[in-house]
Amino acid sequence: MTAEQTSRIDASELRVLVCIKRVPAPGARINLTDDGQRIDTAHLGFAMSPHEECAVEAAIQLTQEAGGEATVLTVGPEEAEEQLRYAVSLGIHKAVLVKTDGEAVNPQRTARAIGAAVAALEAADGPFHLILFGNESADSGGFQVGIRVAVGLGRPIVTAIKGIDLELEAPAITAKREIDGGLEIYKLPTPAVLGVKEGLNLPRYPTMKGRLASKKAEITQFQPGESEPDGLDGQTSLGLIQPPQKASNVVRLGEGPAAAPAVVDLLDELGVL
Amino acid sequence: MSSFTEVLVVGEHERGTLVDATLEALTFARSLSDEIAVLVCGDFDLADRLAQFGATTVHIADHELLNGDFGPEAWGETLAQLIQTEEPEMVLACGTSRGNEVMAQAAARLDLPFVANCIELSEAGTEITRVQWGGSLLEQTALTADIKMISVSHHAVEPTEADAGQPEQRSFKPDLAEDLARTVVQGREIAEAGVSLATAAVVVGGGRGVGSPEAFAPLEELASLLGGRVGCSRAVTNNGWRPHSDQVGQTGTRIAPEIYIATGISGAIQHWVGASAAKQILAINTDPDANMVVKADYAVIGDLHEVVPAIVDEIRSRQAD
Ligand SMILES: Cc1cc2nc3c(=O)[nH]c(=O)nc-3n(C[C@H](O)[C@H](O)[C@H](O)COP(=O)(O)OP(=O)(O)OC[C@H]3O[C@@H](n4cnc5c(N)ncnc54)[C@H](O)[C@@H]3O)c2cc1C
Ligand SMILES: Nc1ncnc2c1ncn2[C@@H]1O[C@H](COP(=O)(O)O)[C@@H](O)[C@H]1O
Repeated sequence: MTAEQTSRIDASELRVLVCIKRVPAPGARINLTDDGQRIDTAHLGFAMSPHEECAVEAAIQLTQEAGGEATVLTVGPEEAEEQLRYAVSLGIHKAVLVKTDGEAVNPQRTARAIGAAVAALEAADGPFHLILFGNESADSGGFQVGIRVAVGLGRPIVTAIKGIDLELEAPAITAKREIDGGLEIYKLPTPAVLGVKEGLNLPRYPTMKGRLASKKAEITQFQPGESEPDGLDGQTSLGLIQPPQKASNVVRLGEGPAAAPAVVDLLDELGVL
Repeated sequence: MSSFTEVLVVGEHERGTLVDATLEALTFARSLSDEIAVLVCGDFDLADRLAQFGATTVHIADHELLNGDFGPEAWGETLAQLIQTEEPEMVLACGTSRGNEVMAQAAARLDLPFVANCIELSEAGTEITRVQWGGSLLEQTALTADIKMISVSHHAVEPTEADAGQPEQRSFKPDLAEDLARTVVQGREIAEAGVSLATAAVVVGGGRGVGSPEAFAPLEELASLLGGRVGCSRAVTNNGWRPHSDQVGQTGTRIAPEIYIATGISGAIQHWVGASAAKQILAINTDPDANMVVKADYAVIGDLHEVVPAIVDEIRSRQAD
């Protein structure tokens, strides 16, 4: 358990960590490998989840406004350096890769690997006042890694957050969560953990200078799993399947503005006029 | 039929008002077992409504931290403690924001796996089909843990009634540390009223093809003539042309209008999953091979900057007649 921080956070000492996941960026359709075991990424680019882009943006804004340092961390293959460097090109200060062999890692293992890395990073440089996660990863959408890490660290966590306000004086975080017809407000002591959603902010694009600097950024590496239990945690992925797709039977209403009467006929038929 | 002797369902409620999503979880639970217990966090009487949908036992968790507002840690710890005393074979919630959050909290506390957003279970209850990529892909997973914790994908099940008679009501006193109050809801902001994107009968969507914030004006006009709302793609929100609250898709809003008019949108899979529940889709695009066009029910091939104003004019001229 980390003790709750009661004295003010010195701006220059503010420490924020963001956890991101490298995922394929498919276009109109997700293609699978022949054995159905994974997404065919041969012709795909990679990205982090949109939720995580907003988490990265929040970490940059918080440390730009208040001072301090923002770190990005991922558990993934060597190639995930691409997403770490992207975060650095935007204004994140430090990057950490917890390197795996490229096989998908289940949520429990991912959380343990992150927890172990956090412990090592905090032992070296002091606690993270705030750890940010995406609400869910873009691909597997397990809705749990952040919560598992927070519970493991004994820290408070709230998810689905669309607003963050950090108070340094008597350290506290006001977090807003979207609900039907409005927002719920939470007030967490630090150190705290949040799962955030796209819409929290508008992520910036990298500058040329940022891109260049990120190429040279040093990436700290950890190996996960030295003390991993052998068991499979009671859950094993068996493979992926395409949901049933309906065949195209699109009705062309015409070309250009000349199609307007046919469109309005349709709207009339559907009773929405 | 009954693969499990007992299923424990998380009764999601908002300060004592049952959330309809719970009925989806109860309906799904009935396909797995005849014995359905429900956890209600807080001293709230929801037994009648729960029984209507098949609950045979209601555990009322009574604690001052639970008797007011929602708190993910307090609810998650309560669920974890009930699981430890009851040892149900299956624990189930509806995959709403809160449902998934409370399940993950409890699973983390018990170090059990949790499988979110399931749509189907095998006969023996050990093989599960769940959604990935917000619903554009399905994953099959084997769940062998003794206590199986899953959530049912929201809207995947149509709730049906099945009166179970008078359920047994049991009071349960969880042992909750005071500091769990740190994540209890402290207040609310109410959003301004208006047609919400999620429930609008007509949505006029604009994508990168619209080109600028100003060029949304004709789309706004069309939407208002049809009593609908403007929606957009992520390319649009990323450019700062529209607020994120207008975004349709995997990380935006799921819409379900009578008709979705998608203009200048290519129809990437992450946009499509947010739009596919529309009853009819009309795509307006210069590219006849765009995914949005190919998958739509109706299409107009052309420049949206000409087609949309022409539709507006046509509606106005018919209304004038
Ligand atoms: C994990 C993840 C989650 C995502 N979530 C979402 C989400 O929630 N919502 C979402 O929308 N996207 C989402 N995306 C992004 C998505 O992949 C696409 O990048 C995005 O939807 C593209 O937007 P677009 O169709 O407007 O732009 P483009 O793909 O650039 O398409 C523009 C279209 O406009 C047409 N066009 C151009 N000019 C005209 C004209 N004058 N008249 C008519 N047509 C014209 C073109 O032919 C083209 O089809 C997500 C991506 C990832 C990786
Ligand atoms: N491999 C990973 N490395 C770092 N962070 C991760 C990883 N997987 C998931 N996360 C974080 O946990 C969040 C929730 O993931 P999930 O539980 O898979 O939905 C994501 O949005 C990320 O912030």
